[in-house]
Amino acid sequence: MSVLRIINGKVHDPVNNIDGRIKDIFVRDGKIVESVPEDSPTIDASGMVVLPGGVDIHCHIAGHKVNMARKFQPEDHRKDAQLRVGELRSGTGGVVPSTFTTGYRYATLGYTTAMEAAVPPMSARHTLEEFHDTPVIDKGFYVLLANNIFLNQLLEKGRMEEFREAVAWWLNASKAYAIKLVNPGGDEPWKGRKNSNVDQLDQKISGFDLTPRKIIKALIDVSNDLGLPHPAHIHCNNLGHSGNYATTLDTMRTAEGRRVHITHIQFHSYGGKLGEKPTSKAAEIAEYINHHPNITADVGQVMFGNATIMTGDAPLTWLLRNMTHKKWINADTECESGCGILPFAYQGHVYTHALQWAVGLELFLLSKDPWRMVLSTDHPNGGSFENYPRLIRLLMDREFRNEEARKVNQKAIANTKLLDIDREMTMQEIAIITRAGPARILGLTDKGQLGVGADADITIYDENENREEMFNAARYVVKSGNIFIDNHEFREDRHGRIYHVAPDYDPAVEDTLRPFFEDYYTIQFDNYAVDDSYLGDHETVKPYPARFEEAKVSMT
Amino acid sequence: MKLRLHTTPEVPLEAEVISPDALQGLSESEAALLPIYHGNRKVGLGEFFEISGRVDESEGVVEVEGDLSRVKLIGHSMSAGRLVIHGSVGAHLGASMKGGEIHVSGDAADWVGREMSGGRIVIQGNAGHMVGSAVRGSSAGVQGGEIIIHGNALNEVGNGMRRGLIAVGGNTHDFTGVNMLAGTIVVLGRLGMRPGAGMVRGSIVAMERTECLPTFTYNSTIQPDFIRFYLFHLRKLGMSIKDEFINGQYERWSGDSLELNKGEILMYAG
Repeated sequence: MSVLRIINGKVHDPVNNIDGRIKDIFVRDGKIVESVPEDSPTIDASGMVVLPGGVDIHCHIAGHKVNMARKFQPEDHRKDAQLRVGELRSGTGGVVPSTFTTGYRYATLGYTTAMEAAVPPMSARHTLEEFHDTPVIDKGFYVLLANNIFLNQLLEKGRMEEFREAVAWWLNASKAYAIKLVNPGGDEPWKGRKNSNVDQLDQKISGFDLTPRKIIKALIDVSNDLGLPHPAHIHCNNLGHSGNYATTLDTMRTAEGRRVHITHIQFHSYGGKLGEKPTSKAAEIAEYINHHPNITADVGQVMFGNATIMTGDAPLTWLLRNMTHKKWINADTECESGCGILPFAYQGHVYTHALQWAVGLELFLLSKDPWRMVLSTDHPNGGSFENYPRLIRLLMDREFRNEEARKVNQKAIANTKLLDIDREMTMQEIAIITRAGPARILGLTDKGQLGVGADADITIYDENENREEMFNAARYVVKSGNIFIDNHEFREDRHGRIYHVAPDYDPAVEDTLRPFFEDYYTIQFDNYAVDDSYLGDHETVKPYPARFEEAKVSMT
Repeated sequence: MKLRLHTTPEVPLEAEVISPDALQGLSESEAALLPIYHGNRKVGLGEFFEISGRVDESEGVVEVEGDLSRVKLIGHSMSAGRLVIHGSVGAHLGASMKGGEIHVSGDAADWVGREMSGGRIVIQGNAGHMVGSAVRGSSAGVQGGEIIIHGNALNEVGNGMRRGLIAVGGNTHDFTGVNMLAGTIVVLGRLGMRPGAGMVRGSIVAMERTECLPTFTYNSTIQPDFIRFYLFHLRKLGMSIKDEFINGQYERWSGDSLELNKGEILMYAG
């Protein structure tokens, strides 16, 4: 198969401790190898920066909520057409691009892996079908399990064995990669009664003899016990509310030292009183994470401009709808989850939006360990993934950052420490927060690095002092050893791979599940699970302990 | 410059280049090469139009002849000059128009002057649906300018309109002024069903009585000065306005109370 040499490039590969050294990279059959013959096809990367392909740990790119968001914003697509190039497919861009365009545009930025972050099990089949039409990038998804009536009922009766088996069954049935918690315990009461939600971890969830903390603890434990490559991925309660940092700290304490990932943590780092203007508690959150190596997080940076709120946190969307008074979608996913979608715009002159922007940057810059505070905009919730280059510049260029900070609401900026922070991230740190870090947190040991044996997902950028311009368009993108972008031009279309887990479970759990499905679901139990034919090119990622051993071997 | 349609297209043509802005300063042969779309095929303007003369610099007049009912997007984004159409035109006439004037002697299809922000469009015949409207999904339609229709118009006249004037000499169909944000719609005939549904602000004036939605409330019968000014203006533009409309009383209904309730429907009351 294919071979490739990339020579004379300045390589940043944090996993292998290579920080800006001129180094040649060799590729054979989609993997990085020791060497290939001299006369192999060669990219001369003189004056360029070579990085592993980007890994997005949290975005919303496929599934029925994404599709609904596409369909109800025609006004957003029509000014941004993705024209057909060669054999590639056409599509539309905007904040929520069409499937093909999503793949191409991620690749244009140098990203080769992206994880869809919220899929109710019922829409897993749809999500996988959209994945097949999302070219180039590798992907997987997290399945929503924290507002699941059946699991809640097992938990309230303390049937922990069956709970564990049921979670494992659901991971298999949906072909998910990890467990996602969204507003644990809050959606179910909200679906039953207007303005009902939970706001404390030890509050009783209406309709169940259960608290959010029990759900959180149980799913953190199951993720760890099953040895999933990625731990429980938590969107905490009280997203966006003033004073919610206390809930976030409480959630992190609930892990009791076990691995957990807190997502778009920027939206969960506010002080102040409920109903009043938020203040920044980024320093407190960053401090806690600095001292607790079991916790990882992605930021969920807000970028000014158009965004689309798209979440399983239905009560939150209702709250925002009452601010925008514009179109929105609210959906009830039977016994599994809620869903809310609404177009939104972050504006610099608005106090709260400017504060959110600054809090995100504070979190990046106050965190001591870039491996555990990685980059995301919660695309498209905090802004499109196409904002990443600008975000990278904000992190790498203090003058630019302060200039931008001076353009927005000054009361908000004064309530943060942003202007006092001198730190500028290095290229190596950017390589960590966009590549090596997310790959490690995901347990994808072959991603985010350029060591021998790693996947040959490589991006090459022209060196440029203006980091936004530099990261806006990779000059070369190599995906699984094949050149997809060649000197800024698309070559032939490529499929990505689907990553999922398949933990063992006791088939006896199906006898417990079946009657519940027959009573309460619109889908027959036998038709519910997604079969292997939906996977296509895929990799079943093994339980974490096994991979951890392998990782140690490959790193030594 | 004069354009004459010499071949009737089998499928609609998309001819954004038929506007004084795009044709200004071009010779006949240069204009013939301007790209238009015949279905999904890009062709030169000359393949369908016979072109003669040049656009004069002072007036900027372009005249178009023939059955243009399958020619879309004429006068798109036009900012100045005068476009005179002898006959009927296809959809999206004067879309996103910023200035100048378009005059059509026949009928116009749907989406006349969608999202326009300035200038004037005059249609001597009838117009289709969505006159001066927002595109689907967008909340704001016409941002300014005038659309004058001497005949009738169909559904959703002024959908999401934000500023400007739309006048219809005949009747309109349903949802006139739906989701209007502001601006004025004057209908010399009758409104269709559910006028002003979802309107926030703005005025809809009609000369015949129509049933209002239950979210509208009657509040007074008045003789507003602004209607006199508007009607005099429309009379000057060649619309036939009866004296009793100028001097008459109007019933004022305010709504839509589902929104701000700051819009109004004014119906001639004698």
